[in-house]
Amino acid sequence: MEKVTRIESATVVMPQTDIDTDQIMPARFLTTTTKEGLGDAAFSDWRYDDDGKPIPDFPLNRPGAAGSKVLVAGNNFGCGSSREHAPWGIVDFGFRAVISTQIADIFRNNSLKNGLVPVIVPDDVHAWLLANPGAKVTVDVASKTLTLPDGRSVEFPLDGFSQHCLLEGVDQLGYLQSQDAAIDQFEKARSWQP
Amino acid sequence: MSGQTLFEKVWQDHIVVPESDANPAVLYIDLHLIHEVTTPQAFDVLRERGLPVRRPDLTLATMDHSTPTVPVPTLGDLDIVAEPAAAGQIRQMIDNCNEFGIALEGFESQHRGIVHVIGPELGATQPGKTMVCGDSHSSTHGAFGALAFGIGSTEVGHVLATQTLLQRRPKTMAINITGTLKPGVGAKDVVLALIGQIGVDGGVGHVMEYRGSVIRSLSMEQRMTICNMTIEGGARAGMIAPDDTTVQYLSGRPRVPQGADWDAAVARWLALPSDDDAHFDREVSLDVSKLAPQVTFGTNPGMVVPVTGHIPADTGDLSFRKALDYMGLEAGQAMIGTPVDVVFVGSCTNSRLSDLRETAAVLKGRKVSGQVRMLVVPGSQSIKQQAEAEGLDKIFTAAGAEWREAGCSMCLGMNGDVVPPGKLCVSTSNRNFEGRQGVGARTVLASPQTAAAAAIAGSIADPRELTNH
Ligand code: SF4
Repeated sequence: MEKVTRIESATVVMPQTDIDTDQIMPARFLTTTTKEGLGDAAFSDWRYDDDGKPIPDFPLNRPGAAGSKVLVAGNNFGCGSSREHAPWGIVDFGFRAVISTQIADIFRNNSLKNGLVPVIVPDDVHAWLLANPGAKVTVDVASKTLTLPDGRSVEFPLDGFSQHCLLEGVDQLGYLQSQDAAIDQFEKARSWQP
Repeated sequence: MSGQTLFEKVWQDHIVVPESDANPAVLYIDLHLIHEVTTPQAFDVLRERGLPVRRPDLTLATMDHSTPTVPVPTLGDLDIVAEPAAAGQIRQMIDNCNEFGIALEGFESQHRGIVHVIGPELGATQPGKTMVCGDSHSSTHGAFGALAFGIGSTEVGHVLATQTLLQRRPKTMAINITGTLKPGVGAKDVVLALIGQIGVDGGVGHVMEYRGSVIRSLSMEQRMTICNMTIEGGARAGMIAPDDTTVQYLSGRPRVPQGADWDAAVARWLALPSDDDAHFDREVSLDVSKLAPQVTFGTNPGMVVPVTGHIPADTGDLSFRKALDYMGLEAGQAMIGTPVDVVFVGSCTNSRLSDLRETAAVLKGRKVSGQVRMLVVPGSQSIKQQAEAEGLDKIFTAAGAEWREAGCSMCLGMNGDVVPPGKLCVSTSNRNFEGRQGVGARTVLASPQTAAAAAIAGSIADPRELTNH
């Protein structure tokens, strides 16, 4: 995994609440057996018309969206299916952080494994971000802060382990493998066997 | 010190390395369910790093999501009945299981089916186990008092390689279901009403435990329907304490412990319920005495009303308007009488034998409306067999419904079973998201009885009028 330390970018705003992973990555794209190329499919049903042409005023199709690294979404982003294809698509599009007032548990877990920073902010900051698409913001993983264009900073929750993994580009599988002796011990010592 | 909840007992029993400020807990996983859609990238990681699957014996594999629901007599037929990408994914699943030594419930298996249906059916799902799957409806298995939750493909790789996961301990939430259910109202209606009450994000960060007299009175199949939809309320997992109903359901199933081990297991299981003085981080109550059959009107499972009710008035909320616009429905309109094009009975929520029996009870001696296409898809091949032994298939086909092989089918439309754009489908599945059943498809979630009633009327209808309730 790439290291993620500091993200500076103009935002793309998708204000809908409860955006589910079926919208982020519709099921027909899940027959892929790799992770690559899902950026073009992200939000497909909202992004393209019946002929497959980009809908000009959809946020991801507006000028500037292609280079953006920060997605601002309505409350409760990423609910529904556990498909990791959703964060794969968002990361492949170019985003490195997603900001909302609440992010669904499985999506959040999946994001952290793919270098996508889940940023939870208070309602007032969220309202401001929704009202100001394209605002230049900074997400700093080391200080766990989001900084707005007027210099105001808010801290967002991120546990120490996830923060370490993002900053160092650490892969969690390596950590689990290093616990091998403890896992052996657990399997031998337990009072019943599954 | 207060007592422990069911969740805490199971969690505690599986800690390999305790949680600290710096590190999440390393949690042991007793059963890993895998299917063709969320595993290819995980097996690739193992291959890249030269790692074996640590416990193939604790891995239960099947094919359900992109799998055809028409017969596939030989693997060669797959390319005729499935899209090339789906066929490729299914073949890759077969190859991966062979290469890594995992037994697969494949096309030849009587137990092939939806992963959350076959786990319980085989008796592999048991109280006190930790279970995961690259699928959010893993919450289904919590009906047995297992701690079961959905994970992503990267974590599927973690479990394949190490049989463990890194986890922070979630919070707990008690859901007290009280009152008495009226005839014609069932588990699906209860869970839809609950999600309507708490919202689709009501349980984020929590493990729910469903409690109370109503839960105790439900069969295992109904308990599974409730736990299945836990994830639609945003919770990590849903659990129900094991009791005699649980033990009776599991007794004699192929993968349960035998002999003295069975007695020991039952004793262990019956000690799992939450202690009387256990503390929950949150509590929610729902009295179901006045509950009517429920249907959704919008594009998430929290947008729900009684079938006899009306869509709420327009408050100007953007998501509400967008949802109604997508559904082609109006604020304030009655649900009854809304025209229906497709009816789907199936999915890990409602595809078990009792669901098929309820559907058949409504359809028996009646005809599916001429403008409706109705699909009935059993949750597993063994359910299909049992249903046929009872003659349920004859009732379905005589009424004009299609009777299929097991799979996820129209629940997510990956295998070619899709609802056409703009068409409205009353579905016994769990998600009414935009496009879930096909591009532009409109979904109304309901119980099997309500779905069957809609099929006959050709429009949304109150099933109680057909079942003498
Ligand atoms: S039936 Fe539907 S919800 Fe259940 S596992 Fe299959 S796709 Fe997922």
